[in-house]
Amino acid sequence: MKAEKILLLAALLLLAIGMLFGITGAWQYMVPGFLKSILSFERIRPLHVSAVIFWILLAAVATVLTYVQDHTKKPLFSRWLLKIQVALFLGTILAILISYSLGVFGGREYWEFPPALALPIVIGWILLLINFLKTIGTLRKQPVYIWMWLTGIIFFLFTFLESYLWVIPYFNHNILKDMTIQWKSYGSMVGAWNMLIYGSSIYLMEKISKQKNYSHSPIAFILYFTGLFNLMFNWGHHIYTLPAFHFVQYISYAVSMTELFIFGRIIWLWRSTVTDAQKHFNHQAYRLMIAADVWIFLVLLQALLMSVPAINVYTHGTHITVAHTMGATIGINSFLLLAFAVDIITGQQKENAIKNYYSIFGFWISNISLFIFWISLIAAGVVKANWQMHPTNTSFGEMMKQLKPFFMVFTFSGVLLTIGLLVLVLPLVRILYTNGLKKETK
Amino acid sequence: MVSDKVKITVAIILSTAFLSYSIFLYAANPSKQYAVSEEAIFGKQIWQQQNCVACHQVYGLGGYLGPDLTNNYRLRGPEYIKAFITYGTPAMPAFHLTEKEKNALLTYLKSLDASGIADPKSFRIQLNGTIEQ
Repeated sequence: MKAEKILLLAALLLLAIGMLFGITGAWQYMVPGFLKSILSFERIRPLHVSAVIFWILLAAVATVLTYVQDHTKKPLFSRWLLKIQVALFLGTILAILISYSLGVFGGREYWEFPPALALPIVIGWILLLINFLKTIGTLRKQPVYIWMWLTGIIFFLFTFLESYLWVIPYFNHNILKDMTIQWKSYGSMVGAWNMLIYGSSIYLMEKISKQKNYSHSPIAFILYFTGLFNLMFNWGHHIYTLPAFHFVQYISYAVSMTELFIFGRIIWLWRSTVTDAQKHFNHQAYRLMIAADVWIFLVLLQALLMSVPAINVYTHGTHITVAHTMGATIGINSFLLLAFAVDIITGQQKENAIKNYYSIFGFWISNISLFIFWISLIAAGVVKANWQMHPTNTSFGEMMKQLKPFFMVFTFSGVLLTIGLLVLVLPLVRILYTNGLKKETK
Repeated sequence: MVSDKVKITVAIILSTAFLSYSIFLYAANPSKQYAVSEEAIFGKQIWQQQNCVACHQVYGLGGYLGPDLTNNYRLRGPEYIKAFITYGTPAMPAFHLTEKEKNALLTYLKSLDASGIADPKSFRIQLNGTIEQ
């Protein structure tokens, strides 16, 4: 099996196990102490979060590596660099999951593993950058997706390294500065992987429509630079309430408002999006991309509101933030990545195509359950926001008891969401696996 | 069609602004300064090794299963917190820490408390949509 496909297979498996860890974690909200002696929440949460973050990263990298070869119509600069990169990534991810299961931590939120394990990820990412640069050769007359992929690769490397500045005492010994840099890096890092994913979605959209105009158009580059501007400067909404630098709040607030342009454009193009959706609904990859379009609308609206400090002070630290993260990582990132996976895995092989009714069932169940999941988190967040913003004698424990009905809804919708995603993921895993075996026996 | 020259110029301007902003943030000190002892840094290490942030927040950042601990040292006191660390709760495991580790963790929580106030009620909302503490 080709290294890109191995990455994709690993990514799909990580999504499947990440969702199962997520359900276990959600159950621990409903039944405090569930699995406390063997897999308590401080282990389950990083297992869930890391598995799904690595799903996003591996799937995005596998997609970019596949599409860049299609675009340049030539193989990658070095298959060896790719093989070393894949071995480094997969070996490290396995070590990270084992370390979490054993309760061995040392890092920080989202990268809780011992910091030494970050090193092979950095090396692997540098190999990816070399391979990508050597494969594209030049930036001259390149479409917007090449710019987006290159931006995503460079900025992920930069922000990942930046998120490890805490190992230097100069940063680590100043708690507020350390938190500022930590959330600066995390905010921009999400923008970096979005560049990989959105670039790929433009590539796939043009491939399906067989039109290459958009990726060279001025509007594509205006949107790209707006996204880049936000990636660089709008991360401050994570730390509006941190008693650090006031100007971070003003810069982030002002920069975030430039996304109103993107939001307005989605509304402007809504009619043609709906027409296209009706026309191409039977195309599996296209269908997932349309679902992501709807989620972009919802999540961007939520992000814009949360970027206003006066609203953020209510939503910060509540489940509304979780709703935003889930909408973005599942509704946008995962649906787009699944669309790419469908294209890469089944694109050339009609005989292996997934049965349409099966795929439509997975599509609807995952979208409807994600919507219920998202709403239940927002509702829980509203209750918590009310509790933390108004003087009350209710303790944290009592407030959590009030949230129990919402936790029940998000747990059960989370189970349905997992079923829906598994329905979409497992046939892809089966095709990849059986095709890999066929090639080995030939 | 946008020319390559324009694209590269815009990319260089944005990247320069980003790097300048980053370097400024690395060099500048936040508005509130306070001394952090070696014991507090050791406590921060224990905080990370036990992955406390999975359930607890600091300045509203972190997990959602337990309360925000930024100002817990002042609100609850060290003995109350120590009892939780030692015996756990129905949801929280009892962490088997040495006395030295528990004290370091408490010193870290004391430093967090001294760094500022995390209570969102302490913010005033301005007419332009910004917030002030």
